[in-house]
Amino acid sequence: MAGSTLKIQNLHVEIDGSEIINGLDLEINGGEIHAIMGPNGTGKSTLASAIMGHPRYDITEGSVHLDGKDVLEMEVDERAHAGMFLAMQYPSEISGVTNSDFMRSAINSSREEGDEISLMKFIKKMDGKMDELEIDQSFSQRYLNEGFSGGEKKRNEILQLLMLEPRIAILDEIDSGLDIDALKVVSKGINSMKSPDFGCLIITHYQRLLNYITPDKVHVMMQGRVVKSGGAELAQRLEEEGYDWIKEELGIEDEKVGEQA
Amino acid sequence: MSVDTKWTYDENYVREYSQNRGEPEWLTEQRIAAIRLAGELNLPKPEKTNIKTWNFTEFKHDPGEVSAIDSVDELHEDVQKLIDRSTEEQNLIVFRDGKPIYRTGSDHLQEQGVLFLDIETAARDYSDLLKKYFMGSAVDVDEHQLTALHVALLNGGTFIYVPKNVTVEAPLQTIYWQDNPEVGLFNHVIIAAEDNSEVTYLENYASFDREQSAAANIVSEVYVGQNAKVSYGGVDHFEKGVTTYVNRRGRVERDGYLEWALGQMNEGNTVSDNTTVLQGDGSHADTKAVSIGRGDQSQNFWTNIIHYGKNSTGHILTHGVMKDHASSIFNGVTQIKHGGTKADGQQTERVLMLSERARGDANPILLIDEDDVTAGHAASVGRVDPMQMFYMMSRGISRTEAERLIIHGFLAPVVNELPIQSVKERLTEVIERKVY
Repeated sequence: MAGSTLKIQNLHVEIDGSEIINGLDLEINGGEIHAIMGPNGTGKSTLASAIMGHPRYDITEGSVHLDGKDVLEMEVDERAHAGMFLAMQYPSEISGVTNSDFMRSAINSSREEGDEISLMKFIKKMDGKMDELEIDQSFSQRYLNEGFSGGEKKRNEILQLLMLEPRIAILDEIDSGLDIDALKVVSKGINSMKSPDFGCLIITHYQRLLNYITPDKVHVMMQGRVVKSGGAELAQRLEEEGYDWIKEELGIEDEKVGEQA
Repeated sequence: MSVDTKWTYDENYVREYSQNRGEPEWLTEQRIAAIRLAGELNLPKPEKTNIKTWNFTEFKHDPGEVSAIDSVDELHEDVQKLIDRSTEEQNLIVFRDGKPIYRTGSDHLQEQGVLFLDIETAARDYSDLLKKYFMGSAVDVDEHQLTALHVALLNGGTFIYVPKNVTVEAPLQTIYWQDNPEVGLFNHVIIAAEDNSEVTYLENYASFDREQSAAANIVSEVYVGQNAKVSYGGVDHFEKGVTTYVNRRGRVERDGYLEWALGQMNEGNTVSDNTTVLQGDGSHADTKAVSIGRGDQSQNFWTNIIHYGKNSTGHILTHGVMKDHASSIFNGVTQIKHGGTKADGQQTERVLMLSERARGDANPILLIDEDDVTAGHAASVGRVDPMQMFYMMSRGISRTEAERLIIHGFLAPVVNELPIQSVKERLTEVIERKVY
């Protein structure tokens, strides 16, 4: 099976009337790992959330297609069923719902009635993935993200990624707040997903995550759009020289957008 | 004063009823005094809920002959579901219209000197012991018309006595089933746990007729001795026509611990008073109550912990789900009396609104007469968090299922506390049915 393609064209996104993304183009294919880098306040996280259908964001122009299907016409759960996944920067805490019950509902949501994953199979898979991410077994019976440390929440997002096996994943600052050991574990998890069927968009401030996950393409976002693209070497140069040279090159004075400007 | 109220049940009726049951004289006298009081006292005035037109007085008091049953299979199927049939070690009394009709109990209880009896038997066989606790320091007959009516018309209930240093391992379970939809239940529960004892109690109230109008008037008294521990679980599920007054009170002595887990799932109008007095130093109360309001029912919940003891701790958690046109008032009251130094009182009231036409008020109240204490409260009334919905749906879970999971999670603090699996499952089923 060939991988999926997520195609974003001329995307414009507003929040409470102010434009955060203005005219962004991006194409992610199965087998590719893309990284979006950029200073704070340039619209990176907005892009991630808007593609997944965050209720606060209004898409005013442009299109998002997954294998030719109009993503913007889909409900949030339908986007997931189509193969999309968003690892969130600030995952919600949900009291009274265990990680395990949540994961099982999520897996079964994309299966037909009567074809639900068996409890044994589910437990085996979850235990296996938790081992991979060095997560304690007690984790599955804790309430979803409730009282989790920042690092635990990030691991949980990656656990969900490994359990749900999406075709296109967007990872929004999955590295922030992680110490180096946790970063290695999380990267290992993401790398284990690598295949021609899996496309990934990593949003990050820091080059250090890219020491462990080699991107095929690196994009720099400023003023709500992609201003420069390149290969892994671009990330390397950003690490060494910062963003000023790009601003100079493109004649940009203030890289921020919208209400954060 | 509502002296001109015409009572369906008068002094002569009460006297005769008591005598027919073979009750001790003290109880007959208390009933007679109470029916007089009931004529003089007013209804309680729960804050922000007008109950003047509610039916507390129209019902049939004596169900007549209620026959015992030989097997659980003869019970209503939803009552059967409450019974865990997988275990032998079971201490259970099932009441139909106030009368005990089925019981199982281990001999072990008797060997330990534990009493687990219907209140009619307790009045005959353990009169002095019952008298010591009945309408004791936890609740007064003359608080208002409903407490007085309760004593006058008492027609069912349970007496539990746990001697000093005795730990009751298996939970004691009761089911109060209103089968005849005209019958009013005047149910009285007493748990007396002596020093260093431990007991877990779980009760269910249930009725199934949706049309007939009747009343339930319930009082529980829990006395927790020094260093004793009582876990009290309750699930109320009276159908629409039943107007409920339920008053659950506890009093905790030094280092004692009382824990409440209440699933208040009535379909009809309800006034609930749950008050715990932390009398002794180092005493502790943990109150958790959840409810669902739907249709056009009106409910008023009063959850109160009163601290007298030094270093006493009291925690209140109240979660309510509101839909349709339902209206509920949640009052959480933490009182710390002068002298209760180092006391800690915390409370949380949360109301989840599923409909714009429903009404839910969360009123946290702190009344502190002592300086050296810690106390806090949190209250919120709101709709399902759109960010939680976005998060769950982004994993493929449908809107309906996401909301369902969030609601079950919201009510889980009580569901998870219940000590008997079958009751837990039945409560989950009731929640499911009420919300969807």
